[in-house]
Amino acid sequence: MHDQLFWFFSIAMLLSGLLVILSRNPVNSAMFLVLAMFFMAGLFVVLEAYFLAIIQVLVYAGAVMVLFLFVIMFLDLKSEQRRRFRILSFGGGIVVAAAFLVKVHDVVEDMPLVAAKGVVGTTEAVGRLLFTHYLLPFEVTSVLLLVAMIGVVLLSKRDLK
Amino acid sequence: MIPVVLQHYLVVSAVLFSLGLAGVIIRRNALVIFMSLELMLNAANLALVAFSRYNGNLHGQVFVFFIITVAAAEVAVGLAIIVALFRRRKTVNVDELTSMRL
Repeated sequence: MHDQLFWFFSIAMLLSGLLVILSRNPVNSAMFLVLAMFFMAGLFVVLEAYFLAIIQVLVYAGAVMVLFLFVIMFLDLKSEQRRRFRILSFGGGIVVAAAFLVKVHDVVEDMPLVAAKGVVGTTEAVGRLLFTHYLLPFEVTSVLLLVAMIGVVLLSKRDLK
Repeated sequence: MIPVVLQHYLVVSAVLFSLGLAGVIIRRNALVIFMSLELMLNAANLALVAFSRYNGNLHGQVFVFFIITVAAAEVAVGLAIIVALFRRRKTVNVDELTSMRL
């Protein structure tokens, strides 16, 4: 059952990812990205990382993608839809991506087979680790969010100096 | 059918990362490039969660939690930069945004 779910979620996620980069309209790209995020959350559930699956849906598919759609709406990108097909950049992208895949395949081939350990990423377990072992990074993250917030407010000012 | 092991997750993660990489290189719209970056971040997250499961501890999942937080901050700042750029130059096509000067 787990295996079928893995195949379903990963193939669906990769198809959505492909459509993100192939859609001409940025709105379609954003929608396929939401879909890819959902399937990624499904893969997290298959890996028994339940807390991260919920966070993935709430933060990525919720907050981040709303931000993306808001900016697309704000920019009104109708004129961007028609553009020339560039053979050079298309070929370059395919070649670089393929080279990366070949290297990863070489590494993965030599790896020993290991069985999955019974570790379950419940909210309790992740939270316990977060507030004991990773307390300092957790607090530093709040500073990062504050800095990002101040930066965004500054960047959004109309008279950007 | 062969059972799913760690390697399957790593290959799926690598394919997703390659898709994001190809998107960054192929696409000319700054917003779509940004979305491809999100795909690449997600690919790294998948690899970390898979490693976490097959290593038998939760440290990888905590790391993914931090990555998601940083990605949210990054998206907010990046989109603000794109909006500021669009106000000045009236375009988000990276081919036309070749000078550092505003």
